Amino acid sequence: MKFGIVTFPGSNCDYDAYRAVVEALGEDATYLWHKDHDLQDADVVVLPGGFSYGDYLRAGAIARFSPIMREVVAHARRGGPVLGICNGFQIACEAGLLPGALQRNASLKFVCAPITVRVENHDTRFTSRYEQGQLITLPIAHGDGRYSADDATLDRLEGEGQVVFRYAPNRLQATEAYNPNGSMRDIAGIVSKEGNVLGMMPHPERAVDPVLGATDGLALFDSILQRVAA
Amino acid sequence: MSRFRVAIQVVPRRGLLDPQGKAVADALHTLGFGGVSGVHVGRHLVLDLDAQNEADARKLTRQMCEKLLANPVTEDFEIAAVASV
Repeated sequence: MKFGIVTFPGSNCDYDAYRAVVEALGEDATYLWHKDHDLQDADVVVLPGGFSYGDYLRAGAIARFSPIMREVVAHARRGGPVLGICNGFQIACEAGLLPGALQRNASLKFVCAPITVRVENHDTRFTSRYEQGQLITLPIAHGDGRYSADDATLDRLEGEGQVVFRYAPNRLQATEAYNPNGSMRDIAGIVSKEGNVLGMMPHPERAVDPVLGATDGLALFDSILQRVAA
Repeated sequence: MSRFRVAIQVVPRRGLLDPQGKAVADALHTLGFGGVSGVHVGRHLVLDLDAQNEADARKLTRQMCEKLLANPVTEDFEIAAVASV
């Protein structure tokens, strides 16, 4: 399987994603330059983390008009899998691939820390290798991660099982402190209605190697492999 | 074609949590401006635009706001001024 990893000016997790796919997962990956118009036969598109266009105007607002995004949106409309991580989640929302928006953290602080998230739906093409309700640890690193949408949208996301990851308490954190950014309903990641676009603030691609102290992200890439290959 | 100078204000939608506005309000209260409430921090954009007339300039500005300059989920925009230059 081939992963296409988009590099925008200001992306900084594109190599992390590349390494997760090639070294941890053992699959093929290629970088897709933001000015290109060709997905190079990628089966899965990754919109990586970083600060595309310096987060000018709003995080992701300018990247969504990059030339490659026309092909990424067409790929998503055909049902092709798209994984948006952190800045990639912001871009996917701005591009209309996912509902809602990511706003400034309620604390106004950039938060860089390992956090606990609960797998709220393991019946997706991105999470089938997790257990339903499993608590996993993933790193976050963002200043604009507060997921926001109107109540009707939030209710619909909940009802359709589109809330995939939620910030959750663990043994070490007081229950009121586990949500790192003030995200509505503790949402950390959602899938599109069709299930082929996942956006999430935590970084699974930074949690695939025991050397770096975390491996809970690997199952996400494994899930993609299993589902798309099947 | 005429050239217009357009000013646009983009603010967080009322009712949504605005942590920047709250931080500024808290600071103003600390400074003794106890009567302050409803602080919202947004963006002010100024641009020059070639258009047929003022109505055309407003129409184009509205399109730019809806497409890029404001996020329809979380922000409201207002065209604050359109002037010939």
